Amino acid sequence: MHLDPRVPDGPLETKWSDHQFDMKLVNPANRRKHRILVVGSGLAGASAAATLGEQGYEVLCFTFHDSPRRAHSIAAQGGINAAKNYQNDGDSVYRLFYDTIKGGDFRSREANVYRLAEISANIIDQCVAQGVPFAREYGGLLDNRSFGGAQVSRTFYARGQTGQQLLLGAYSALERQVRRGTVTVLPRTEMLDIVVVHGRARGILTRHLVTGKLERWVGDAVVLATGGYGNAFFLSTNAKACNVTATYRAYKKGAAFANPCFTQIHPTCIPVSGEYQSKLTLMSESLRNDGRVWVPLQAGDARQAQDIPESERDYYLERKYPSFGNLAPRDISSRSAKEVCDEGRGVGPGGLGVFLDFADAIRRLGVDTIKDRYGNLFEMYERITGEDPYVVPMRIYPAVHYTMGGLWVDYNLMSSLPGLHVLGEANFSDHGANRLGASALMQGLADGYFVIPHTLGDYLASTKLETVDTDHPAFTTTETEARNQIERLLAIGGSRTVDSFHRELGKILWEHCGMARSEAGLKRALELLPELRQEFWSDLRILGSGDELNQALEKAGRVADFLEFGELMCRDALHREESCGGHFRVEHQTTEGEAKRNDERFAYVAAWQYAGEDKEPILNREPLTFDNVQLATRSYK
Amino acid sequence: MKLRLKIWRQQGPHAAGEFVSYETADVSPDMSFLEMLDVLNETLQLRGDVPIAFDHDCREGICGSCAMMIDGVPHGPQKSTTVCQLHMRHYRDGATIVIEPWRAKAFPVIRDLVVDRGALDRIIQAGGYISVATGNAPEANGIPIGKDMVDRAMDAAQCIGCGACVAACPNASAMLFTAAKATHLGLLPQGQPERSHRAVNMVRQMDLETFGGCTNFGECSEACPKDIGLEVIARLNADFLQATLKEREGA
Ligand SMILES: Cc1cc2nc3c(=O)[nH]c(=O)nc-3n(C[C@H](O)[C@H](O)[C@H](O)COP(=O)(O)OP(=O)(O)OC[C@H]3O[C@@H](n4cnc5c(N)ncnc54)[C@H](O)[C@@H]3O)c2cc1C
Ligand code: FES
Repeated sequence: MHLDPRVPDGPLETKWSDHQFDMKLVNPANRRKHRILVVGSGLAGASAAATLGEQGYEVLCFTFHDSPRRAHSIAAQGGINAAKNYQNDGDSVYRLFYDTIKGGDFRSREANVYRLAEISANIIDQCVAQGVPFAREYGGLLDNRSFGGAQVSRTFYARGQTGQQLLLGAYSALERQVRRGTVTVLPRTEMLDIVVVHGRARGILTRHLVTGKLERWVGDAVVLATGGYGNAFFLSTNAKACNVTATYRAYKKGAAFANPCFTQIHPTCIPVSGEYQSKLTLMSESLRNDGRVWVPLQAGDARQAQDIPESERDYYLERKYPSFGNLAPRDISSRSAKEVCDEGRGVGPGGLGVFLDFADAIRRLGVDTIKDRYGNLFEMYERITGEDPYVVPMRIYPAVHYTMGGLWVDYNLMSSLPGLHVLGEANFSDHGANRLGASALMQGLADGYFVIPHTLGDYLASTKLETVDTDHPAFTTTETEARNQIERLLAIGGSRTVDSFHRELGKILWEHCGMARSEAGLKRALELLPELRQEFWSDLRILGSGDELNQALEKAGRVADFLEFGELMCRDALHREESCGGHFRVEHQTTEGEAKRNDERFAYVAAWQYAGEDKEPILNREPLTFDNVQLATRSYK
Repeated sequence: MKLRLKIWRQQGPHAAGEFVSYETADVSPDMSFLEMLDVLNETLQLRGDVPIAFDHDCREGICGSCAMMIDGVPHGPQKSTTVCQLHMRHYRDGATIVIEPWRAKAFPVIRDLVVDRGALDRIIQAGGYISVATGNAPEANGIPIGKDMVDRAMDAAQCIGCGACVAACPNASAMLFTAAKATHLGLLPQGQPERSHRAVNMVRQMDLETFGGCTNFGECSEACPKDIGLEVIARLNADFLQATLKEREGA
């Protein structure tokens, strides 16, 4: 497979503007003749569908949710970055670019990241114009907070509900287009496969979740904005329905999957409370602006937090990373928490937790200020744990949160399968091996509002598309395959529920492909996963039928894909013999336990190509060149 | 803990429904309400019963998916809390709990506890937006907006669209939902040009969707997991009245 990133020539600063000028345009009168299939209605999908609709294309927007507004993006709490430099603290497009490249541990593509930083300011303008109620200062101007991995304040926020407000903004733009007749939203409709005709993505196959009806949709281009695959681990901060099916099926149809092992473990989540645990709840990283992370100095110290004197506490992030302190990037903070817990210094039930303490901040700023900044997060914590964080420190522990890996895309956001474009968390493009806080919302909206509306036009204007309808044999075959899979799942009649398989998969991945990975562990996982997959296909029990609302059946399809995909994650993690960002290989660390990157061997994107059932996937490499930043050891000390 | 659950089971939109009783043991006080249902569903499947269908996704009280009447109260007994955030520590051992779907003509039942809330999307389509095309936005700090004003807009903008207000209302009115959106946008300078139109169009759509009229019971705000206050309804009424007066004078 030839991977051409199609990065435009010229200096970094003018690549995007020059490219915009060079790209071909679709005549406005011809746009409605092009039908675009957008799968996903989160920040990336809703913003793309709304903007393409505004431009005059015929857009169909699919979501398995009952309303586009419920996409997982709604749950983002902390904020969205933009290089506005409102605080006059030395921020600039270049600094945001640099922070993102460095934060990603030099595993992302310079040109894409620079464009993202450049566009960031327009996003804020757009959202404010839509009525997004970002927090403001008393003078009426927009307020900012700081986030991990940056020394400037460039994060815009709407209380602890930034994702909600941004998504409601994009959703309202989308619904406006529905009213205008340019966009049709198809809720409770799950994409099961991509349809490829003569090497191009020309359609999708869906299942209507209420009636079970399989439907064929033809289009001139397909846009996937289907989110991340963190739920491969079963327990994660993602919404319950997040899954890999859309991107994994695209992979099986020829789109390369890039860096699947780059997953992010978020340092501040509420610890697990029992076996029945169904998901993990994030406590926004913004809390680390004012909360101090600590554990007792002595292992096995079972005293209550308030009974442990200052001199017997270890504020380990402040100690190890004095210049970033509690705002050290996520991968580093998470690993440090694991380390202290492995040393037996963890707190709470099972010793899998560290304190996040607001006592100092409350003393310094007063309860009211803290309430103003984090009130809803504190309430959420209390609701879940029954403990009052104004009085006792929160207990937190790392949890799977975000996936940097995703379908490989070029500069125009097109995958290696022509016609298939990928936006938001579903692609791999901007965050390298580790994403900085408040950058996913930025990326999703940059892709949807500002990149795809231009690059998709270029694709349509420069491609001669043959006429295809839904009777084409490619549609028939795809539908037959999907129907067979559903029937097969229903026919197994075994003894185990789909959740029990999903939990077991999650345990294997967390154990062997989680915060610390080793050759032996990954090889073990690669033995366990096929066994589990086999058991799944012989002992699964799904009741009910395929022509009604059947939530267990929906899940089973998704878990079937997760089971295969988990292997791809482990394979990728095994091949990458270095530590970088969220990928920590225990064999590759410094004597101080910091990650040791290997730029000579691994400064590339690993793009995996499907080779057929039970065949090892093929590794393709896109070399990463750094012309504008110097490859450096990431230091936050 | 041991609980007795009476849960509404209905196989499809046109099937007749009924309450079915279940006993659950092994409920931990640290479980969320939905985790308690997950555990029940695992047991049901193992003994060959079709699991109970319910909508849920974020389980963090923000997506608005989860929706059920618990002992006659939308989202259950804890104030300002969605059912996904309700925890079993609020129940006594041995309690009986009655669980049923939202009941409203505009929200037809799809299966068990799952209802169709598409009508809420159509109310937004009728005017719940500011008409601004991508790329046309002025500099964000161009219009300063007082902190108090933004805070009030944000209070209204917090609505998660779950439909609890409709389920709580004796008339099954969607007035709180509609007014929250109109207020969020109507308080901001950007939302002024379309303010009158928005009020009229959204209210008319609400009527078309067979939601009932608002007669100021106030149950909606009581049930709202995001504490949206009744003043939003007063604002929408005022906007609506003024707009329709203008319409008549213009006619
Ligand atoms: C708890 C939490 C807090 C976060 N906080 C922040 C933050 O403060 N700042 C930040 O920048 N980022 C944050 N993130 C990350 C960020 O929210 C996500 O990365 C981002 O919202 C993803 O957006 P998306 O549009 O790519 O996908 P999603 O929002 O996940 O949307 C996916 C869409 O695709 C649809 N879909 C998926 N598969 C199919 C299919 N097969 N068929 C049909 N439809 C399908 C879904 O229905 C949905 O509409 C947070 C993440 C979590 C979990
Ligand atoms: S599941 Fe999202 S609000 Fe309850």
